[in-house]
Amino acid sequence: MIREKLTLACAAATSPKMDLGHSKRTTGALLALIIGSSAVTGCIQVNAPEDAIVIELNINIRQEVIYRLAEDAGNTIDENADIF
Amino acid sequence: MKKSVLRNVSLALGTAALALGGFATAAQAQRDPAYAAARASGQIGEKMDGYLGIVGAGSSQLQAMVSDINIKRRAVYAQKAQAANATLEEYSLTAGCLAIARTAPGEKYQAPDGSWQTRTSAPPLRDSRCP
Repeated sequence: MIREKLTLACAAATSPKMDLGHSKRTTGALLALIIGSSAVTGCIQVNAPEDAIVIELNINIRQEVIYRLAEDAGNTIDENADIF
Repeated sequence: MKKSVLRNVSLALGTAALALGGFATAAQAQRDPAYAAARASGQIGEKMDGYLGIVGAGSSQLQAMVSDINIKRRAVYAQKAQAANATLEEYSLTAGCLAIARTAPGEKYQAPDGSWQTRTSAPPLRDSRCP
């Protein structure tokens, strides 16, 4: 028992690649913590925001493009009155 | 003599204008009665993206009609977008802005939060980028 403890402590302290090993271990510990905590709560709760969700439809489309196309689109609607 | 010729010419012109007018209305077909009824009753509405949507649970018949019209719209948008050097999405969103603006009171349209709204005499709730 005691010997095992000592060996572990020695390896951690003297290894030249200790930093690497250490960070990996930290990541592992963190992962375990995350998994552990989610296991404790059972499930992740997502609460819906109280404000209305605004659908930003094609946010990349700029207003100036819409303004440029407006007249043409208006004519298109007029020309295709059966489907508009 | 000269007067009668003039009258004949003007008569002919009038007839031609009438005929042309008749052709124009024939080419610019109006909404199918089933489509017009579904719009008026609020079963379908104009979406922000330039296409029609079904408000609530629609019958399969209604779904077929809406998808048929939407396919036709898409074809028109694609053609016009290419001619205007724009993308399909840019063009259809613009058309959606205008189609919502042109809804009649009582008809349904989609507000920026995605909800269906009934058009009143007040201006519709639209995307902030709409002209």
